[in-house]
Amino acid sequence: MNDQSNTPEDRSTRLKGMGCSRKRVEDVRFTQGKGNYVDDIRMDGMLFGDFVRSPYAHARVVSIDSAAAMKVPGVLAVITAKELEPLGLHWMPTLAGDKQMVLADGKVLFQGQEVAFVVATDRYAASDGVAAVEVEYDELPVVVDPFKALEPDAPVLREDLAGQTTGAHGPRRHHNHIFTWEVGDKEATEAVLAGADVVAEEMVYYHRTHPSPLETCGCVASMDKVNGKLTVWGTFQAPHAVRTVASLISGIAEHNIRIISPDIGGGFGNKVGVYPGYICAIVASIVTGKPVKWVESRMDNLMATAFARDYWMKGRIAATKAGKITGLWCHTTADHGGFDACADPSKFPAGFMNICTGSYDIPVAYLAVDGVYTNKAPGGVAYRCSFRVTEAAYFIERMIEVLAIRLGMDAAELRRINFIRKDQFPYQSALGWEYDSGDYHTAWDKALKAVGYDALRAEQAQRLADFKAGKTRRLIGIGLAHFTEIVGAGPVKNCDILGLGMFDSCEIRIHPTGSAIARLGTISQGQGHATTFAQIIASEIGIPADDITLEEGDTDTAPYGLGTYGSRSTPVAGAATAMAARKIRAKAQMIAAYLLEVHDDDVEFDVDRFAVKGAPERFKTMKEIAFAAYNQAIPGLEPGLEAVSYYDPPNMTYPFGAYICVMEIDVDTGEHEIRMFYALDDCGTRINPMIIEGQVHGGATEGYAIAMGQEIAYDEMGNHKTATLMDFFIPTSWETPHYTTDHTVTPSPHHPIGAKGVGESPNVGSVPAFSNAVHDAFRPFGLVHSHMPHDHWRVWKIARDLGLHG
Amino acid sequence: MIPAGFEYHRPADLASAIGLLQDHGDEARVVAGGHSLIPMMKLRMTDLGHLVDLQDIGELRGIAIGAGHVTIGAMTSQHDLIADDRLAAVLPIIREASLQIADPQVRYMGTIGGNVANGDPGNDMPGLMQCLNASYDLAGPDGTRQVAARGFYQAAYFTAREDDEILTRIVIPVPAAGTGHAYVKQKRKIGDYATAAAAVLVGTTSASVAMTNLSDTPVWSEAAGKALAAGDTEGCVAAILAAIDPQEDMRGPVEFKRHVAAVVLRRAIDSALARRT
Repeated sequence: MNDQSNTPEDRSTRLKGMGCSRKRVEDVRFTQGKGNYVDDIRMDGMLFGDFVRSPYAHARVVSIDSAAAMKVPGVLAVITAKELEPLGLHWMPTLAGDKQMVLADGKVLFQGQEVAFVVATDRYAASDGVAAVEVEYDELPVVVDPFKALEPDAPVLREDLAGQTTGAHGPRRHHNHIFTWEVGDKEATEAVLAGADVVAEEMVYYHRTHPSPLETCGCVASMDKVNGKLTVWGTFQAPHAVRTVASLISGIAEHNIRIISPDIGGGFGNKVGVYPGYICAIVASIVTGKPVKWVESRMDNLMATAFARDYWMKGRIAATKAGKITGLWCHTTADHGGFDACADPSKFPAGFMNICTGSYDIPVAYLAVDGVYTNKAPGGVAYRCSFRVTEAAYFIERMIEVLAIRLGMDAAELRRINFIRKDQFPYQSALGWEYDSGDYHTAWDKALKAVGYDALRAEQAQRLADFKAGKTRRLIGIGLAHFTEIVGAGPVKNCDILGLGMFDSCEIRIHPTGSAIARLGTISQGQGHATTFAQIIASEIGIPADDITLEEGDTDTAPYGLGTYGSRSTPVAGAATAMAARKIRAKAQMIAAYLLEVHDDDVEFDVDRFAVKGAPERFKTMKEIAFAAYNQAIPGLEPGLEAVSYYDPPNMTYPFGAYICVMEIDVDTGEHEIRMFYALDDCGTRINPMIIEGQVHGGATEGYAIAMGQEIAYDEMGNHKTATLMDFFIPTSWETPHYTTDHTVTPSPHHPIGAKGVGESPNVGSVPAFSNAVHDAFRPFGLVHSHMPHDHWRVWKIARDLGLHG
Repeated sequence: MIPAGFEYHRPADLASAIGLLQDHGDEARVVAGGHSLIPMMKLRMTDLGHLVDLQDIGELRGIAIGAGHVTIGAMTSQHDLIADDRLAAVLPIIREASLQIADPQVRYMGTIGGNVANGDPGNDMPGLMQCLNASYDLAGPDGTRQVAARGFYQAAYFTAREDDEILTRIVIPVPAAGTGHAYVKQKRKIGDYATAAAAVLVGTTSASVAMTNLSDTPVWSEAAGKALAAGDTEGCVAAILAAIDPQEDMRGPVEFKRHVAAVVLRRAIDSALARRT
């Protein structure tokens, strides 16, 4: 009772609950080099595996000769498809309903494809073994262009699918065609387009890129032949799903498989999928009876594990002369590479691309997506975005700019007159979503005011005049973007991956002395879950965040969940955390009432205690209640204080934001300088403002890279041209812009704490802002659209094609 | 990313190092900072039996400022070049160029000798050394010979150095007082090779111009220098454009590189002229 003098505000501050910029508890170990990543795991007798990879993009594998490799000291085994076939593991199912070769089965479909797995006593011997395996190839014609892949006489890539006219997502109309996905009202949309005052049309390409996390993918598989238990430590963004899939494809009972995701050095979607390396390491461990480690090199990661984007989006947008949008039409050609290994909910083969009406009230719309096989690496994962949301946001934010040009309007004003109004929420979009909440006009006006939009336009006009007068060779571009995300997948009724509903979970145990442990079905890859989820619990049940341990990633101890990607952890597992905490609070209320000798309804929660209504000096703290839970026989109540919640969200959440980029462009060299980048995010209730700011900085820097230079490029022969960090652009601190962050708060009405998720907003929103700035700089000279990435030579080419080099 | 097996040698004096090269012929290579050679070995694009590490040979390090010449030991790091105020006073262009090489971590390890000896057209120092009319001391079994930087480079990774020779020192004539200088480099990011880079010296009666990463060797053009000395900037640019032969890569197509080469060169000339006294 000694803290009676403290105000509720004082007590609340001590909890470090929601709204507090609590320092990340993870950083103590990360900043001291004490993290525990997959490659830190060392076990007695551990072996190493490494891949022989295809140098060709399309070829028959005539023969594989392992004799010389087996003579390399330390090499124990060379595994090929022939060895995996009797186990039924030479192919594996993908998350998208397709199947993928684990090791080349007769042919290869992309450069860098896994052909053989060499197992050796150390990495060096494995690497020498890889070099000694002799593979004879017979080259086949290569197709890297998805449009050419659909031509009648295009090479047949997937001979295994011969005669299959129906795939996982409906009819296939060509041997390289995977699926067609249609949403919306085609007929009505085309009628609107035919009768519209103005129709703007553009092909918007979102180029192929790669999540390229700092830590590459890898695992250690250990089969204990004594107890029959398989343990796999790996870079898994969804450890529980991996356990289930591993059980289904290997036949090992699920209780005999333990998947552990240790510290993960960034995922960004790259670590959602199942890769041949995992299967091969598991098989090698079963065969040898020893732990087997496989860790990708940077080149392996960029060449073979999941890429992102590669969407060709043909758009048509209709409007009145006054600028009111009347319809949107989109046809997307999606390049999936050699196998369809996208990580999307089963019913959404193009993810949530049907969020492509964006922040705008568009009465009618139609979207069709065709998935296509090419001789490129498989993937198509959500690189720091919810499934295909960044493609959708880039598409609509470019189409708005193109429409503004057609209408001769200011693009900020065009957005304003088309935003969904606050009073329209919940809003039914033409392509089938129910937007839960939003206040776009408030955010937009705040953003324009913050950057001094009118003054910027005046300065830009002056610069343009100076340029035309020969006084400068630098132009100013003002890049606008207002994005709406759809995250938090998702309601089990329409979201599953391989049949697993996309709920998530949290289990909380309060210890007798009032501290706690919480376990979740998600897994942090740097997001700071141990920090933020403890803050949710702290606010919900009134014990300090510092007294709460948080664990994720071990399938033997954590409750089942679908993992961390698509900004789903806070919307789904965060909700589960709040719900589990509320179960505990409800029991704590009964305990408090018993201890205070009043009826349950006569006590109320007050920050960190329950107090008698009208008599706040009579209370029991959560610490006292916890102790009582374990030490008193309370009639009608079981001992202990713990709860678990499996949360099936009623809807997605819809974070939004207004981003503005001011860029200077050197017309002669194509170089640029980011003068200002303003990011306003509305992610609903803000749990930890410092972590939000860090997320925005990181995501915007990825967006900057993607817009201004990062790409996965192939030549006509299917040779990968960007397999090292020399050519694959990752900004250093020198290139990274300075960011100004801001926010509005529109809580989600259906989420227990009103949070919406923020991890991916900055990647989604910044790419169009950067790209639109480049386009805006050249708009006065007639530029309508030019594809990303806007690296030096491509920007230079814009200027040259517009005749600006004299 | 693991190299094939090799023997590692770490001789303490130059004679031992040359002896190792004689013993092992083209199976042996010397390593200085290792920033070019080690990645090539890890990619298994360079396969060699013997790696001869020069870092214990003290006589290969250091900067000596003479009356008319500066002498720099081959194992002097880029960082040491930047940090030396005496060097910056007589050859400020070396600090300006070195600061545009990679990043601080790389510059602590990367050496001027490795940079000029490797023959990589992407390296900045070879063009700069041609601009400065430096010469290289090559020590071999029969003693030391001196080769002008302007005559050293034959093709990408092919130079006038014999397999059993080690580039030990770089000798640079100090430009006349009042000479203007500039090193201008366009690159995609920190750590990248140049899309185009220009080294310019311009005095009252003479000038020298060299370009980096625009051919399979650095490009020094006597005609360009003469034109610039005569005050003919456009003639200088034209001479350089006639001498370069850029190739398309991820930095851009040939046409872009030629355009940027001219832009970068003009900017370097403007800057050098502004600094001339």
